[in-house]
Order: sequence, then structure tokens, then C-alpha cells
Amino acid sequence: MSAIVHARGLNRGWVSSLAVGGLLVAYVVSSLTTSSETLNIGVVAAEGFFFAWVLIVLASLAVEGRRKAVSRAMAGLVYGAFALAVVPLLSLISTVVTLGLPRFDGDFFGSSMRNVVGAGGGALHAIVGTLEITSMAALISIPVGLLTSIYLVEYAKGKFARAVTTMVDVMTGIPSIVAGLFAFALFSLFFGPGIRMGFAGAVALSVLMIPVVVRSSEEMLRLVPNELREASLALGVPKWRTILRVVLPTAMGGIVTGVMISVARVIGETAPLLIVAGFTQSMNYNPFNERMMTLPVFVYYSYSSQGADAQAYIDRAWAGALTLIIIVMILNLGARLVSRVFRTSGSR
Amino acid sequence: MNHIIELDNVNVYYGGFLAVEDVSLDIAPQTVTAFIGPSGCGKSTLLRTLNRMHELIPGARVSGEIRIDGENLYGPDVDPVSVRREVGMVFQRPNPFPTMSIRDNVLAGYKLNHSSQSKAEADEIVEKSLKSANLWKEVKDRLDKPGGGLSGGQQQRLCIARAIAIKPRVLLMDEPTSALDPISTQAIEDLVSQLKKDYTIVIVTHNMQQAARISDRTAFFNIAGAGEPGRLIEFDTTSTIFSNPKERNTEDYISGRFG
Repeated sequence: MSAIVHARGLNRGWVSSLAVGGLLVAYVVSSLTTSSETLNIGVVAAEGFFFAWVLIVLASLAVEGRRKAVSRAMAGLVYGAFALAVVPLLSLISTVVTLGLPRFDGDFFGSSMRNVVGAGGGALHAIVGTLEITSMAALISIPVGLLTSIYLVEYAKGKFARAVTTMVDVMTGIPSIVAGLFAFALFSLFFGPGIRMGFAGAVALSVLMIPVVVRSSEEMLRLVPNELREASLALGVPKWRTILRVVLPTAMGGIVTGVMISVARVIGETAPLLIVAGFTQSMNYNPFNERMMTLPVFVYYSYSSQGADAQAYIDRAWAGALTLIIIVMILNLGARLVSRVFRTSGSR
Repeated sequence: MNHIIELDNVNVYYGGFLAVEDVSLDIAPQTVTAFIGPSGCGKSTLLRTLNRMHELIPGARVSGEIRIDGENLYGPDVDPVSVRREVGMVFQRPNPFPTMSIRDNVLAGYKLNHSSQSKAEADEIVEKSLKSANLWKEVKDRLDKPGGGLSGGQQQRLCIARAIAIKPRVLLMDEPTSALDPISTQAIEDLVSQLKKDYTIVIVTHNMQQAARISDRTAFFNIAGAGEPGRLIEFDTTSTIFSNPKERNTEDYISGRFG
């Protein structure tokens, strides 16, 4: 007796026709129930997906049997979940690009908002502020975070290490507004109440960034095989040199990626910067003195306090959002490039 | 007979757990000594005490005395780093540095320690070490390629070249062929017999035939039961251990009655 069953199956053509059928059903149902002006293509697509899914599963149940029908049902759910995750992202990007492009011009990158009411003006002051504050936050967070993760992986043992890890985990969950208030309170102690400066913003962002750097670097360092450490130590290489010359280079690709993700995490922060870096319409290159504009705050402010020519303010807000997304994207691409360089380095 | 390695009443602990109890044995220079015994009998643990790699595990410590050329390895002012420069080690799984080329892997002991030498000197070390490891012919045209691209057996010989490049007095091998195929194993065994001329070799192996083939003297370790410490049962010339052991326990293990 042969145990191999030659099952009948739905071929590709059948599946596609059922899917098209589902779409048609959705279209017909929608046009019957709503007037043509309010017919929404997104709703039709979602309904079509649902009807196609039901039709395919039913057909599969009739032709192929229960096991394959369940498989098709589950596959449909997986595709649906994927679409659900991707559609908002694509929609977000296309919205930001279309609405951001009108003011994505030379003026936007060449001037501040000083003495501008209505159309014109730019976000140069905000771009400079964001770059300065984020770089300073990175300058503080990367050494602290990386050294902490090295301590945790290579040196720490026992209760204290567990306490540090728990604290880092707690820090990861700190609301950004709390970080902002912390920095504000800290700087108020030294400079008196009402202090606003870019550097304080960088400190607030560091509070948010350090735990992310620690966690990601820690994971990467733990991935380095212990055999490599042993190989190096067995050659009579001191531990600190082993960490510096063997462990860190091996983990560098992943560490760089983690650092970039942490930068992307804080570059879009609004709340803490609103508190400690404040907002201004003018250019300020000095992070240690006076208020400093940043892109997220710029976007927020353009939108929340529109001036005489409201559309001009809204256009600038979208252009600012687009700029922010592009900066994050450049950082991500840069991280990939760097980690590739480290991965393929055959020799020094 | 002069001894290069002397162990006196060595006990090895992991925290409160006694892993190896009261081992005393002497190892002659330019010989191959094999440590055999069932899993968990402490032979690898004991091997790792010979270059103080053992103490990298938190809580691990050693009592008793281990001397190399008369110098106590566990003396209060001895730097473990300097011990490891004198006593090289080859591990169970080949572990070349993935970020380094073949050449840099051989020179790793120098490069990682920042001790610089001229290119000619470095070339000479690379060639000599790779030739000693029987790897020169296979890799001489691709010294700048990463070491991870070699086969498992070649990687293990690269690790041996790396270990002997810094000219240790003693070479420890912790089951160096257990991850390799029979042909690569043969290559490593041949190599061990050649290296004997210049180095004192201590090798841990699970493979009794291997111990019989390559070692001059064999130490048999056994464990009374789970949770009990490993003990040195018998230490003699390899031919005695395999043909005419004094202990019943050794004979049972050699003849395959347990383990």
C-alpha cells in the first residue's frame, strides 16, 4: 500500500482568478453601498483582500482538503499582516515626500526664520541645531555606552552587574519628557532657573541614547565567540589588548549599526528639546549659549503656531519632516557601509 | 632525567567544587605526553592549569605547585600573561581570528602585543612557523586572504603555526583533532611527531588510538562518579599503559570495558 497520496490541487491560475474575483466582489459591494464620490480605493483593496482570502480558503477546502486549506488561510493571514505593516509606512513616506517637496528648496536650506512672517524663510537654524545637538549627544553617549557594555560583558560579575543591567533596562523605558525635565533641572542647578541651551538638549538626549547603545553593544559583544578571546589570551596577550584588538574589531559591524539606530532613535525627539533647548527663529551656532532650534521642534512649531499665511507654515513643517527622514536615512545607509567595511576587512 | 614540567599535589577547584584531586606528575622535555580518560575526569581542566587559562573561569583556583623549568607558575609575583607566552595552547575547535589574514594570524602573538619587527623578520617568522605547521605549501600564495577561508584541518594547523610563532617552551593541545576529519587528523598527528623535536607537548585526547600512536607517555585519569573529583590513576610510558597497565581500572578503560 502506498502511503503517498496524489492530491488534487488548486493551480496558480485558479488562485489568481479567485483573487481577482474577490476584488470584483469587493468593488461591486462597495459601489452598491456607497456613492461613487466617497468610494475609497484603500477600503476596496482591504475588502478585496478579505473576499479573495475567503474565496481561496473555501475553494481550497472543497478541492484540496482541510490541511491545505488551513495552510492557505494561515499564509493569507501572514501576507495580510505584512501588508498591514507596510502600507502605513509607504503611505507615510509618500505623504511626507509629496507635501514636503514644495518647500524643499534652496531657501529652505539657506536661511533661518528670522524676520520671516508668511512665505519664504527656511530651517537652516533647525538643521544646524539638530546636527550639533545630536552629534554632541552621540559624543557623550557612545563612549559611555560602549565602555559600560564592555564592562558588563568582559569584567562584571555577580550582583553589581545584574544591578547595572536592570538599571540600563529601566533607563530604556524612561519617557523622553522626563529626560528633558531631568536635564532642565540639572542645568537649572548650575545656571539658574530658565536656562536654555543646546548642550542641555544634548545631555537630555544622552539620557535616552546611552541605554540603547549599552544594550545593542552588549548583545554584539556577547556574540563574539569565547574561543577568540581564549585564542588571544593563550598567546600571552593581556586582557585589555584582547578586548581592544580582537573583541572590538570582531563586533564592530554590529556595534556601529546599534549606534546608528540609537542616533536615529533620538534625532526625532521633540519633547525634551522643547524644554531645554527651547525654540528660536534665529540662527544660533553656539550650543553653550542661548536657545537652539532643532528640526522636530521646528516642525512642531511651524504646525502649532501658524502665522498670517498658514499654508506657508504648513509647507515648511512638511519640508522639515522630509529633511529629518532623509537625515535618518543617510545615517542608516552610512551605518551599512561602515559595517560592510568592517566585515570584509581581511587584513590591516 | 630532567623534567620541564613538574606537578606536585595539584588540586583544581571550581568555586567550592573540587574538580581534580591531588595530581603529581613530571613531564620530560621534547616528549609528547597524552592525557586520556572518560569525559568529565578533569584532564582538560588540568591541562588548562598548565598555562593559567583555567583561572579565566570565575571561581576557578589551583592549590599545590606547578613548576616549569623549576619556576612555580602560581608564585605570588608571576604574571599569568607571561606564563601564556611560554606555554602555548591549541584548542579543540580551530579558532583563527576572522578579521585577520593568514599572515596576520600567524603574527597575531606579536601584532596583538604591538611588538614590532621589520618586514623581513616578520616574513621569516611567518614562513618558518607555517613550514613547521606543514601549511606553508598550501597557503604561501594566499597569505593575505582571511584565515577563515581555509578548511577545518588547515585552520587547525594555522592555529598551531600561530601558537609556535611566539616560540613557547611548551605546547598544550586540548583535543586538537576532535573536530576534524580522519585525513586532517592524520596531518595533525604527523605534525605533532615532528614538533616533538623542538617542543614539549601535552595533548588531551578522547581517542585512545591517537594517544597510542603519538605519545611517549600517557596519563590515565578517571572519576569515581558524578560529583566526585577526577584523579590521576596511572602515569607511565605509553607502551606500558597500553600493553601492561598496573591498574585494573586502566586496563578496563583501555580495553573498552567502560568510557
